[in-house]
Amino acid sequence: MIKIHGIRGGIHPEGRKHLSAGQPIEALPLPALLHIPLAQHIGAPAVPLVRRGQQVAKGEMLARAQGAISAPVHASTSGRVLGIGQYPAHHASGLSVPTITLQPDGEERWHERIQGVEDPFALSPEAIAERVAEAGIVGLGGAAFPSGVKLDLRRKYRLHTLIINGSECEPYLSCDDRLMRERPDGVIDGARIMAHALGVERILIALEDNKPEARAALAKAAADWSGIQVVKVPTRYPMGSERHLTQALTGVETPARALTADIGVVVHNPATAFAVHEALRLGRPLVERVVTVSGGAIARPANVRLPLGTPVRDLLAHCGGLSEPEAQLISGGPMMGQPLPSTRVPMVKGSNGILALSAAERARPEPMPCIRCGQCVDVCPCGLVPLELGARIRAGDYEGARARGLTDCMGCGSCAYVCPGAIPLAQLINHAKGELAARARAKQKQAETKRLAEQRSARMEAIKRAKREAMEQRKRELAAKKAAEAAAKDSPAATEEA
Amino acid sequence: MQIEHAATLAGPFTRTRNSIPRTMALVMLALTPATLFGLWQFGWPAIWLFGVTLAAALAVEAAALQLAGKPIGRSLFDGSALLTAWLLALSLPPWAPWWIGVIGALIAILIGKQVFGGLGQNPFNPAMVARVALLIAFPLEMTQFVAPAPLFSAQASDLGEGLAIALGSQPIDALSGATLLGTVRTELGQGAELGTLLSDHFAPLAGVFGTASGSLGETSALLLLLGGLFLIATRVISWRIPLALLGTVALLATLMQLIDPAHHAGALYHLLSGATLLGAFFIATDPVTSPVSARGQLLFGAGCGALIYIIRAWGGYPEGVAFAVLLMNACTPLIDQALRPRILGRNRRGQPLEPELPETRP
Repeated sequence: MIKIHGIRGGIHPEGRKHLSAGQPIEALPLPALLHIPLAQHIGAPAVPLVRRGQQVAKGEMLARAQGAISAPVHASTSGRVLGIGQYPAHHASGLSVPTITLQPDGEERWHERIQGVEDPFALSPEAIAERVAEAGIVGLGGAAFPSGVKLDLRRKYRLHTLIINGSECEPYLSCDDRLMRERPDGVIDGARIMAHALGVERILIALEDNKPEARAALAKAAADWSGIQVVKVPTRYPMGSERHLTQALTGVETPARALTADIGVVVHNPATAFAVHEALRLGRPLVERVVTVSGGAIARPANVRLPLGTPVRDLLAHCGGLSEPEAQLISGGPMMGQPLPSTRVPMVKGSNGILALSAAERARPEPMPCIRCGQCVDVCPCGLVPLELGARIRAGDYEGARARGLTDCMGCGSCAYVCPGAIPLAQLINHAKGELAARARAKQKQAETKRLAEQRSARMEAIKRAKREAMEQRKRELAAKKAAEAAAKDSPAATEEA
Repeated sequence: MQIEHAATLAGPFTRTRNSIPRTMALVMLALTPATLFGLWQFGWPAIWLFGVTLAAALAVEAAALQLAGKPIGRSLFDGSALLTAWLLALSLPPWAPWWIGVIGALIAILIGKQVFGGLGQNPFNPAMVARVALLIAFPLEMTQFVAPAPLFSAQASDLGEGLAIALGSQPIDALSGATLLGTVRTELGQGAELGTLLSDHFAPLAGVFGTASGSLGETSALLLLLGGLFLIATRVISWRIPLALLGTVALLATLMQLIDPAHHAGALYHLLSGATLLGAFFIATDPVTSPVSARGQLLFGAGCGALIYIIRAWGGYPEGVAFAVLLMNACTPLIDQALRPRILGRNRRGQPLEPELPETRP
């Protein structure tokens, strides 16, 4: 067994995982329409490869990646491309984003080029990373960072450990738990393929101690392989934070503004590992995922495997609809999830849960004054003083907040959770981060404008100068000519002599 | 089944069941045993004084909120004014006249808290501000202690007499006594021997159970300790300030007793007497006026403990808890600036850590 190191702060919110954790993964019937956004990942949006009206097969690439950090998107089922246009995003803003709308034909016909690899371990690490990138796999724990990029870190960093982050520390969510229980062989195989790509021998699979069934299943599946350890970590939010889990397992702290790769560790989610397994063994791109649907306002909480692009509405209908019309709809967990403005939005690669919270669950009293109890300081896993950040942000002192570590905040929301005064600390901090980012952009724009303006005035000046010089040149030439003519008139003899 | 509204909230969408009124209520609950004991022990005059102080505090709070144009209902019943008055009352001589309680409540709520902007804004502990102001303004009334005369006992005053004492219309000479700290200090100053003094006046068991004379709610070390441990167990307060405070007092007392046993009593004497325990668990731990970081709280508690001992040993007053807490309150902003937690991934100076790679690649 490996030693589990302590991490700073953290909270113990009510897990409420029992609502859905007992429900086996069930497949969602094909929806009538799928809305597949071109940007379901961090980085540049994908570029469409299909035309309106085109018939596509399941797994066929609909849009290709562009740039270094990007991911392609694939057809979640076979059918016809109804259109490529704007559709509301899976995002709190409710803004519309470029989206391909697909009408399923119900045949679920896979693309003929879908083919697995006999032995992924015979492939070079680069080839694995490339296939993972081609399959459109992104971090399925919620971050949606392109996995191909994250599997190709071998050349830049000295890596020694792959951590599979099965802690699933957000309350309510159970999709990773179910996947690890039901498909442990796939998860382990995917993790081994990832380790091969990263060039590491050591795989740690970490689960919070509230998931004994998944741990047992993984331990059984991993028994044949040396180098894989299934590790129990304490149930404490935010144990699933990459840096904190790495610290708990290795005792090493990731430096500020660095990656865990800087200390030799790469962290992936078990659902991502499973997607890698499917991509390599079966050749299947990422076209579906498992999602937890839960919350007090959900009639029948469940873990659902759904084609990407499924409207939230269809998912909710499958789970018996809402028992409370005024429920708060959330994408992700209740701690770091985003409110969703509408049930029309589609499910995307990074969405691991849809929660509908009842009025009782989301009760948020009116904020009271801060009594400086310091509980936010005690629980902050990043070592910040949230009450001070909050006070400065309220006073408009964003720079002061930055000087006190605002940008080191990972946004876990533990401070706001624990605050007896119900002060929306996480919201204040997020607001300030956004404001600082906007200011930085404005500053950059200003500097750029200034640079361009200066260049322009320099250019104008140069043109003026050139004109003036040309004018003077002409004047001089004219004068010289005149002088010459005059001279010629005055002394024709001399000219004649010449 | 439609939720077609703009989402304006940010997470988290779940929160603790804890609240400020609940915190205040738990502190009052923790104070209840020691308070009931004090009220029983000192009888009707003490009950009148306690009631008058609490009622006056609520009245002043309501008036101040009205004046400031703030909603009265919510703030009045957040429990903070009640708790302030409660703590103040516990620190008063039990048979002090009613107007001591009223003036104390006025100072605590108005000058101690509301002039700074109300809950959470005051730099100094309001109850201690009031206590110190009263001590300086009314030294006589604030140092007249009585020997315990429990309710229903022979020497206890009845309801009417109690009211008369609380109204200040009946002299209380018959029952006058002094606190242990006061007696020892006075008589040491007159050249008495510490050893005989302690054997005459200091009964550790009386200090533990609280059957000695003293302020209304400060006498029973045992009940205060139980209340304090309850607060630590329910996570209303952390152990840091009480432990640092009590530890420092005990350490200094032991040290000085070793150096000069003729003039300095030991740790037990200082821990059990006066307001040490009330101060350690209920007053120095006031969140508003104490530091927020773990190291800051340890330093704050240790500072309080050191000042308490210094004032008792060499200061002008026999008791120093109120002064010590106020002096350390003044240091709180400085401590909060100086002792912040280390940010994850950074060193204490705020620079990013150096990446640490294991020596051997497993």
